[in-house]
Amino acid sequence: MSAVDTLGQQPPLVGTTERRRRAGGLRGLPLQAKIGAGILAVLFLAGLLAPLIAPYGQNELDFTHVYNSPSLSHLMGTDGTGRDVFSRTLYALRLDLLIVVLVTYVPLPIGVLVGAVAGYFGGAFDAIISRITDTMIAFPFIVLVIAVISIVGPGVKGVLIGVPIVAWALYARLARSEMLVLREQPFMLATSALGYSRRRAILRHAVPNLMRSSLIYSTLDMVVNILLLASLAYLGLGAQPPNAELGSIIADGQSTLLTAWWVATLPGLVVVLFGVGAGLLGDGLSDGQLRGRVQ
Amino acid sequence: MTVAPKPLLTIEGLRVEFDSPDGRVVAVRDAGLSIRPGEIVGLIGESGSGKTLTCRSVIRLVPWPGNITAGQIEFDGRDVLGMKPKELRDLRAHDVGMIYQDPFSSLNPVFRIGDQVTETLRVNLGLGRSEARARALELLGDVGIRDAERRALSYPHEFSGGMRQRVMIALATASEPRLLLADEPTTALDVTTQAQILALLMRLREERNIAVLLVSHDFGVIAQVCDRVAVMYGGHIVESGPIEALYNNAQHPYTRALLDSVPQLESAGRVTRKPVIPGTPPEPTESLTGCVFKARCRHAQPSCDLVSMELEPVSSGHDTACPVRPFAATDPAQPARAGAEA
Repeated sequence: MSAVDTLGQQPPLVGTTERRRRAGGLRGLPLQAKIGAGILAVLFLAGLLAPLIAPYGQNELDFTHVYNSPSLSHLMGTDGTGRDVFSRTLYALRLDLLIVVLVTYVPLPIGVLVGAVAGYFGGAFDAIISRITDTMIAFPFIVLVIAVISIVGPGVKGVLIGVPIVAWALYARLARSEMLVLREQPFMLATSALGYSRRRAILRHAVPNLMRSSLIYSTLDMVVNILLLASLAYLGLGAQPPNAELGSIIADGQSTLLTAWWVATLPGLVVVLFGVGAGLLGDGLSDGQLRGRVQ
Repeated sequence: MTVAPKPLLTIEGLRVEFDSPDGRVVAVRDAGLSIRPGEIVGLIGESGSGKTLTCRSVIRLVPWPGNITAGQIEFDGRDVLGMKPKELRDLRAHDVGMIYQDPFSSLNPVFRIGDQVTETLRVNLGLGRSEARARALELLGDVGIRDAERRALSYPHEFSGGMRQRVMIALATASEPRLLLADEPTTALDVTTQAQILALLMRLREERNIAVLLVSHDFGVIAQVCDRVAVMYGGHIVESGPIEALYNNAQHPYTRALLDSVPQLESAGRVTRKPVIPGTPPEPTESLTGCVFKARCRHAQPSCDLVSMELEPVSSGHDTACPVRPFAATDPAQPARAGAEA
């Protein structure tokens, strides 16, 4: 009988592409994901380095150059007080991206964890969590944020508090539903059979499997959040003047849209560019995930 | 076989029930079984006979909403059903390992093979990082992963089914358990790989004296490796005994029918069909009186309604639940079937 245990022919290692994907990060991803990641990288870099690249200060007035159209010295023109729109956009981007990252990636792990625990244990705890997430998701998001702002006063604080209160719920729902599937997987059964603690089973074995879809979803969430931020700033509920947010620059330029189109349009395009970049990245990532699953 | 050491595992009167919308479902009724150290015991039965549940009950991993409602399970003198969560985790971590049918999803897809084995060693045996790594490679080599050092860096999807099952065996036996629960470990594998995995189980038994409870629906698999075998039907063990006794002198009509339905090589190409057992297994919702098999049995008699399903001895170590004994006249020296040497 032991003669049969000849190990057979072991095939050579498959997956040279896998190897590359592991080594090279983005290299194995579809083209659109690379483009998206490239756009986001440029925007984040621009925001990060704003103080270094901005040719003017964000509140530097220059009444000799009012409403100058875009030129080499003022890439995005100037506004009604002669401030350089390009410099203001860079600083606004810096602030907005910081807030977007915070309000997207602080609630994410919280939501994933809550959802994972609810999905793993099921029962009454799951029922309670599910009803709470349902309520959160059904609640008009922007109204809640405005309500928070009305309590803590205008400024970015309202957004930083208001958005995470609601945003975890979507990740929780996503993670919970994935956990329901994952829970039945033999390798989760194996964690019990091997005598691992529930904590280890959830944190170390389930969560890494749940993260993928949440991370993909988070790219879309970033778009939602930057739009929310722009809307609030547009309404005057964001960063207070003279500090710039993308939405407040757009609001400033709105009245002169016909005479000085650049003041509102060009920062607006930056918002659009961010949305396109994040959208492409998310799309590409989920495509890559699907492709990986089919293989 | 002559010396009978104390059993490692004893199951007595095991009953597993499910709460379903249509009422209580009894999936395992009064099952009993024992395994001695280093023994390979087969548990055979068709789908829904309760064999997997019996196997999982040993470490109390009955899937929700199932419940063990009666019976006794003793592992090495310890009462498994009365264990506190901590003791139960200890049992699972150190004494009993488990592998199962689907090697394609039994490993965590996001971790490297080597890391998964290393984790078990570190968590369950408390080994240090480098020590665990070295031991993991040793274990992987042991179960027949060639070039373990390189392959430990692979992810599960880069492995074939047979290789994954080997890794599962390495994982399940990493903390030196004394009993391995193997729930249809070869069902999803092709015949060649199946033979290799079975050979591996036998080698583990020889080298490390690991007892195995091998659940299968394939008499061919059971016959290759088991010392003893128990046949399950409708939640009951209907016959149990040494593999030779069952193979050559099966006393329960269901065991006979199972044996008769095993395809044989010599019948290939000939226009003969294996006899099938008429009818379907009983629904676990039915409350049955008498023998569970009587509805499909060729030898059924009116007295079958009064059968208790208690196992009665036929010969030493060989018990059957059929009191009718339609085959009692068969000369035990005369094999019940030709070609029994498989």
